[in-house]
Amino acid sequence: MYYKFDVVIVGAGGAGLMAAMQLPNASVAVLSKVYPTRSHTGAAQGGVAAALGNQEEDHWKWHMYDTVKGGDYLVDQPAAEILAREAIDAVYELEHRGLPFNRTEDGRIDQRRFGGHTRNYGEAPVRRACYAADRTGHMILQTMYQSAIKNQVRFFNEFLVLDLLLNDGQACGVVALEIRTGEIHTFHAKAVLFATGGYGRAWGVTSNAFACMGDGMAIAYRRGIPLQDMEMYQFHPTGIYKVGVLLSEAARGEGGKLLNGKGEYFMERYMPTLKDLAPRDIVSRCMIQEIKEGRGVEGKDYLYLDVRHLGEKVITEKLPDITDFARNYLGVEPITEPVPVQPTAHYAMGGIPTDVDARVVIDPQWTPLPGFYAAGEVACVSVHGANRLGTNSLVDLIVFGRRAGKRMAKFIAENSHAPLPPEPEDFARKLVNTLYSSTGAESAARVRSTLQNEMDERVFVERDDSGLRHALDTLDGLQEVFQRVQLQDKGKTFNTEMVEAIELGFLLECAEATIHGALARTESRGAHYRTDYEKRDDVNWLKHTLAYKGTKTHDVRLDYKDVQLIDDPIFKPKERKY
Amino acid sequence: MNILMRIKRYNPEKESKPYWDEFRVEADPIDRLLDALNTVKWTMDGTLTYRRSCAHGVCGSDAMRINGLNRLACKVLVRDVGNKVTIEPMLGFPVIKDLVVDMDPFFDKYKSVKPYLITYDSEPGTERLQSPAERARYDEGTKCILCGACTGSCPSVWGNPDWVGPASIVNAHRFIFDSRDQGGAERLGILGQRNGVWRCRTIFNCADACPRGIPVTDLIEQVKRAIVYGDTMGE
Repeated sequence: MYYKFDVVIVGAGGAGLMAAMQLPNASVAVLSKVYPTRSHTGAAQGGVAAALGNQEEDHWKWHMYDTVKGGDYLVDQPAAEILAREAIDAVYELEHRGLPFNRTEDGRIDQRRFGGHTRNYGEAPVRRACYAADRTGHMILQTMYQSAIKNQVRFFNEFLVLDLLLNDGQACGVVALEIRTGEIHTFHAKAVLFATGGYGRAWGVTSNAFACMGDGMAIAYRRGIPLQDMEMYQFHPTGIYKVGVLLSEAARGEGGKLLNGKGEYFMERYMPTLKDLAPRDIVSRCMIQEIKEGRGVEGKDYLYLDVRHLGEKVITEKLPDITDFARNYLGVEPITEPVPVQPTAHYAMGGIPTDVDARVVIDPQWTPLPGFYAAGEVACVSVHGANRLGTNSLVDLIVFGRRAGKRMAKFIAENSHAPLPPEPEDFARKLVNTLYSSTGAESAARVRSTLQNEMDERVFVERDDSGLRHALDTLDGLQEVFQRVQLQDKGKTFNTEMVEAIELGFLLECAEATIHGALARTESRGAHYRTDYEKRDDVNWLKHTLAYKGTKTHDVRLDYKDVQLIDDPIFKPKERKY
Repeated sequence: MNILMRIKRYNPEKESKPYWDEFRVEADPIDRLLDALNTVKWTMDGTLTYRRSCAHGVCGSDAMRINGLNRLACKVLVRDVGNKVTIEPMLGFPVIKDLVVDMDPFFDKYKSVKPYLITYDSEPGTERLQSPAERARYDEGTKCILCGACTGSCPSVWGNPDWVGPASIVNAHRFIFDSRDQGGAERLGILGQRNGVWRCRTIFNCADACPRGIPVTDLIEQVKRAIVYGDTMGE
């Protein structure tokens, strides 16, 4: 079928819904491959940062500083300023839309500590994270969906987007597979927003949902749009051992500590000021160090998260969900026992490059691609640089989702629909038909698990040249095997085997850009730690990676873009200490 | 351990009615039942169809009938179900394929109770104030993930597909008892009608099925009392 809208938003998580809310007078379609309330925003736990100062003195500039330093100075500083300034208003907007924040005794939004968030430029932890128990993301997603119902937003649920339509250098729509019927549809639009989230399923031990397969990034990448800083991937310190289900940093914000196999609270040894509340890249690296030096629990590759000393009341009232996860998936009682955890694939700092209005920019000169926008984890603004601070993902969604919506409102008022390219559905139909007709006898599940094992082994907290080259070889092989993936399900109705195979194709593209970027970046910065290049190198590497897909398989072109700094001595890159 | 999975299958392109299929799967006792379903799909039968996303009980995708009770496949562990497990789509929903049911009617009912904050006053420059006690008053309902497990376990829903059902009432409760909301009377008007709260027969299946531990039946009773006594703030 052919549909025509002013705006098509792909993805119904926090960013997509926030954008949709800014377009009350436009015709908007929100396409989601799941029901909107299943989006992965709902899994975020601990909080959303904003310098409200409800609990103690705080300033947006302190938040900005923490964001820039936390990102190991790969952050575009004007974007970090917008993030920290507008977070305040955006959190009030959520409250006005009904979000049930926890409250202080005087009825204001309660705030708690979180990793890397400090007072007065690094002095001590500050209470900045606004929260709703340990289900803040769930409440943002529910609240935004409820607002969307109120505003009668038009949803296309369980539509998997397969292609971005471009014509003459301008975005003009998307092509999507309706999962329930197997039909292919064209959505013609003046403006397209990708808010499709991340690609954490490229790793085996991950906090990410099955849906996090890098759809938007891969679709853009295939259409010649670069992916930025993909080597900057965050491993969260406290995923449940082997399972990857996340135990929020809020546990440490409330006073929880990491414990090694010898019963030592080891973070105080590495980071004397912030200890367990140092940024995630640092904590994960310290954990790997403890494990390498034989101080994992029983000499194995995991450690403990200890919240026992917080007492039953705090655990039950402020951390109910993660307590439930530990009980359910490990049979461990956090009130009386420490919980086995390990660094877990969690968040893409990189993604589709955009400016601060969520406009996709496609080269080192910041040239926009008219009509194409991206916001949330799929995008790279870049406010997270080389390492995102806890709670800043939700801030990113609401601040830049909102800016995307406002910018698109302006764009659609000034522009008409660009014509569709000839045969707009060709690429998508070929993708689907190739999978239907393949007789190659290869299994998508096997390709996926091989990729995940390789990423877990060699594209993890620590990397080096030989490991990354090995990963690249493995990936090359997998891309070739992927061409021969065959489906058992040849039907049209709700063919999830088809969906999984298409998503695997997306995942391989994201892994390709990640490994190439990591191999080329011969320094250690933020989440990208090279054991063969252990120092940050601002002379050569204070720049963003742009990975472009070549015309042939394995053919990736890398380019680089300067980091945007502001003229203020406080924000001048310096060594990161906590 | 080795488990026998009996799964109710239905593909509208091939079958006129559902049938039972069986798979033997090797699984760890602490695997999620979802992991066992994935083993079937990824190594034995790629046509097996079900929804899943977060895999840890917060997105609400994989509610299904497991050994006769509605559960999330990602919250039930293999050791909890034993060596033999029976899996069916939830009752009370039209089946699309295998374990996938049509959730559209469920969401339509949810929308019918106005599940969003209604206010007529202008917004303050900062947050609206709400005391911790006022916030606690509607906490339970905010946990709902709209998985449908309660609604699909309710005999009153099975008997009358037009009934609004427990999940919608939980979400109405969440706003009716929110001190910031001014739409309580509208919602109580909707829920006081023929297909509103009164079709609830306090069977408690819903509360038992809820993977989030929401005392669903109790919340429904509170809404009933609010309709009868006009009391929305008291306990």
